[in-house]
Amino acid sequence: MTYIAKPKLHHPGLPTNKLGFTRRDYEGRISTLCAGCGHDSISAALVQACFELDIAPHRVAKLSGIGCSSKTPDYFLGQSHGFNSVHGRMPSVLTGASMANRDLIYLGVSGDGDSASIGFGQFAHCMRRGVNMVYICENNGVYGLTKGQFSATADKGSKAKGGAVNSDSAIDLASLALLMGASFVARSFSGDKKQLVPLIKAAIAHKGSAVLDVISPCVTFNNHAGSTKSFDFVRDHNEAVNKLDFVPPEKEITVDYEPGTTEVVRQHDGSFLKLAKLHSDYDPSDRVAALTYLQERAAAGEVVTGLLYIDATAPDLHEHLGTVDAPLNRMNEKELCPGADMLETINAEYR
Amino acid sequence: MAPTDIANPDYFHKVVDCQWACPAHTPVPEYIRLIAAGRYSDAYMINWQSNVFPGVLGRTCDRPCEPACRRGRVEKEPVAICRLKRVAADSKDDIRDRLPKPAAQKNGKRIALIGAGPASLTVARDLLPLGYTCVIYDADPFAGGMMRTQIPRFRLPGHVLDEECGYILGLEPETRFGQKVESLKAMLAENYDAVFVGCGAPRGRDLDIPGRKEAVEHIHIGIDWLASVSFGHTTKIGKRVVVLGGGNTAMDCCRTSRRLGGEKVDVVVRSGFAEMKASPWEKDDAMREDIPIHNFLVPLEFTHDNGKLTGVTFEKVKAEYDAKGRRKLIPAGEPPVHMECDDVLVAVGQENAFPWIERDIGLEFDEWDMPKVDPATMRSTHPKVFFGGDAAFGPKNIIWAVAHGHEAALSIDLLCTGQEVTQRPSPLVNVLSQKMGIHEWSYDNDVSLDLRFKVPHAPKELTLKDVNMEVELGFNQELAFKEAQRCLNCDIETVFERNLCIECDACVDICPMDCITFTPNALEGDLRGLLTAPAKNLTQSLYVSSELKTGNIMVKDEDVCLHCGLCAERCPTGAWDMKKFYLETAKAHTCSR
Ligand SMILES: Cc1cc2nc3c(=O)[nH]c(=O)nc-3n(C[C@H](O)[C@H](O)[C@H](O)COP(=O)(O)OP(=O)(O)OC[C@H]3O[C@@H](n4cnc5c(N)ncnc54)[C@H](O)[C@@H]3O)c2cc1C
Ligand SMILES: Cc1ncc(C[n+]2csc(CCOP(=O)(O)OP(=O)(O)O)c2C)c(N)n1
Ligand code: SF4
Ligand code: SF4
Ligand code: SF4
Ligand SMILES: [Mg+2]
Repeated sequence: MTYIAKPKLHHPGLPTNKLGFTRRDYEGRISTLCAGCGHDSISAALVQACFELDIAPHRVAKLSGIGCSSKTPDYFLGQSHGFNSVHGRMPSVLTGASMANRDLIYLGVSGDGDSASIGFGQFAHCMRRGVNMVYICENNGVYGLTKGQFSATADKGSKAKGGAVNSDSAIDLASLALLMGASFVARSFSGDKKQLVPLIKAAIAHKGSAVLDVISPCVTFNNHAGSTKSFDFVRDHNEAVNKLDFVPPEKEITVDYEPGTTEVVRQHDGSFLKLAKLHSDYDPSDRVAALTYLQERAAAGEVVTGLLYIDATAPDLHEHLGTVDAPLNRMNEKELCPGADMLETINAEYR
Repeated sequence: MAPTDIANPDYFHKVVDCQWACPAHTPVPEYIRLIAAGRYSDAYMINWQSNVFPGVLGRTCDRPCEPACRRGRVEKEPVAICRLKRVAADSKDDIRDRLPKPAAQKNGKRIALIGAGPASLTVARDLLPLGYTCVIYDADPFAGGMMRTQIPRFRLPGHVLDEECGYILGLEPETRFGQKVESLKAMLAENYDAVFVGCGAPRGRDLDIPGRKEAVEHIHIGIDWLASVSFGHTTKIGKRVVVLGGGNTAMDCCRTSRRLGGEKVDVVVRSGFAEMKASPWEKDDAMREDIPIHNFLVPLEFTHDNGKLTGVTFEKVKAEYDAKGRRKLIPAGEPPVHMECDDVLVAVGQENAFPWIERDIGLEFDEWDMPKVDPATMRSTHPKVFFGGDAAFGPKNIIWAVAHGHEAALSIDLLCTGQEVTQRPSPLVNVLSQKMGIHEWSYDNDVSLDLRFKVPHAPKELTLKDVNMEVELGFNQELAFKEAQRCLNCDIETVFERNLCIECDACVDICPMDCITFTPNALEGDLRGLLTAPAKNLTQSLYVSSELKTGNIMVKDEDVCLHCGLCAERCPTGAWDMKKFYLETAKAHTCSR
């Protein structure tokens, strides 16, 4: 952490976006995390992505659980809505918010402890339901906030800072998300913004549950030799399956690539995802193949990153439930409370 | 790009924009911090060491440091470096016991100094404590040169000048004041070990147009007139005055006129207002005293009534630029303008004159009749004769005169100790970490957002009545503190230790100014474009590391770094540190002997 606030001064050539904001306008309060924490890089990537997408900050709601990772919403998008919920309960609070106001962009920020231990069930269920959100798990393999105990994503055999070896099997959140029906699944690394920023932009543009499992080294408790979530380990074992270029809806897409090397996916909102293939046989539209691939490569000790799976046409929770198009806060009392007669009619249907 | 060689003192020195730009390389941020800490005497001594006349310069310096100041690139205006210097001088305690004492033992070497302006006085100050006998000649009966005869007292009070000249005279040079040197040959025959020529550029240019001879009584050469005011010979001027010229002398002439009875004083320049030579603040000061500046008017004729000046006629011109962008003034094709006046002050330039230097003594002059002087050593083509100040390369200013003086003194010391004059000793450099704790630094790294503070002035009604009343009141200590806090501490350098970096990006993410980028290496031209914020200011360096583990290099654009230390605070491994870079240029006393 730092004692002084980041000076308001910025580079004289700092660009502005369509709303007239600079990237700095998307920052939050000064971070209190440890110097060098991967989570701060993810915050910076979120800031960059929202700036580039010309997002009006008040259209975003950030929700989180408990942990160093879950503290980060304080450190980006200082002008957006935020809710720091209970440990592992971010998904349900977010689901409720999304049900009430479907117009906001929902960023669910969580950690591996928050998601894979106490919030494991919540994680699974919001994927199943297709809540329209970006679920970012800042995955460092430990409970950072409580001083570095192994979390459920720590790889079997990896070493703690004090030397203890993890004997439990690891939960792979990307595989789990695939299994649970998430319609957008990606993995990235906090130390690689070139990969991470376009993935965040694509995830924000995606309708449905978009999961980003971002390996994010805990410099204080899990960045030593023997850790599989350290900067060095991830850099040495990172295998990207593709390279994503996010093309916003209003931009013409240029077809300047060799056939068979690039795939183009059109998302619900009209944006395009240009995917340069780094592994020729990897197909991000095949859920089953993706699952198998992840298992295989994990067994070989690789950390597979990139856009792992996408179904751009999947319906989301609002579609499943047939909810009204308007967010509830924009409906008047009469619409929201149609009266005793209507209640009677509805009740009668169940008699 | 090749990795930056930070062991070369020039690298970090250049980052301290103000110090680099200061001809005498005053350690500016160090003294500004001392002012903020209320340590005025310490701040004064740092200045005195470098620029010899802190009280004078804190009021009159041409301040080349300010346009260079990093703060001016980060927000609207630079730090008021010059006026902070004055605060050190005004608020210090009695510092006399910190000054060098007259040498207890003489070294037997005798140096003649011609002229008692800032250049010669600097040479004397540097050499006297080392045991040299310095004999200072001046045609005038006192020390100070143009600081005394030209700069008006309402900008520079006499007591400030007396005090600072006094510190040097206290080192007991031999003075031959009131003695004009008529022959350099004769001077060299007196067996001096070296001669320093600091005679300035004493001649004011004239304007030879019709009417000049006839109306001579009311047409005055600006610098002669100012000297005459300074000596007390001139105490009055007509009600209507026209000042010709757009330099600082013109500004002093018009403002002095306003104090000696000039009610309607006009400045007229040939060029455009923007291209005037006068410093912007001098123009502001003149206009604040109700002196209009008329531009694009070329004087044609002095009109007179049987020898009594009645005014000046001007031709209107306009600027035209040729293909190479050179400006030409061409007639605007409008009827001439006539300005009525009682007196004219001609302030159209200043020239050197060396009638007393013989041309057959092995001292060569160039095609412009200026002595050939080596800018590094200040030596002429005569091995024992050195030049400095306005005499060396034409009219400049006090701080350049001081800078020349230091170099000349160093050369003279090298010469007299039998060393090679061209072998300059290296500067004294100290680089020291400022880390006090995890988030604690020895300096205040929280960047002030205050805009530049204005120096308060005495009421115009009073200052216009008294030619000796100082206009500027100077910052009080409270304002000085706030202004000092605007300094970005550019001497607290960001120092990168490649072996410690784990490439976690923390510094990149926190840097408020987007200074830092990790990128594959490239040639400088390409690299500048590849950075998070393209490095478009080519005058500012890129700090480049050798290759890191991932194959990337670290590149820091020094241009707009706030020296806030956040990169170092956020670095988990201490790969960044904030280190204070202190540089003192080599002076005569740094030589080996
Ligand atoms: C009107 C005016 C205003 C100025 N205002 C400023 C200002 O605000 N800030 C600033 O930095 N600069 C200012 N300057 C410029 C500054 O005064 C000079 O650049 C500076 O004084 C030069 O110093 P110097 O040591 O070279 O010589 P000078 O100061 O010119 O001193 C030379 C001395 O040599 C003496 N001398 C000359 N020939 C002989 C001889 N043959 N024998 C004996 N003695 C001799 C002269 O009498 C004089 O005293 C101003 C100049 C003028 C004309
Ligand atoms: C109900 C409850 N149980 C336990 C805790 C203690 N606790 C706080 S943070 C945390 C783990 C956080 O781990 P993770 O989500 O990975 O966040 P990180 O700090 O690693 O980013 C735990 C167990 C708590 N705050 N609340
Ligand atoms: S303990 Fe670990 S996760 Fe938490 S802030 Fe520090 S480095 Fe980041
Ligand atoms: S900010 Fe301070 S140290 Fe930097 S150039 Fe300006 S005066 Fe000098
Ligand atoms: S000191 Fe470091 S963080 Fe601050 S502006 Fe300079 S490079 Fe950026
Ligand atoms: Mg964790």
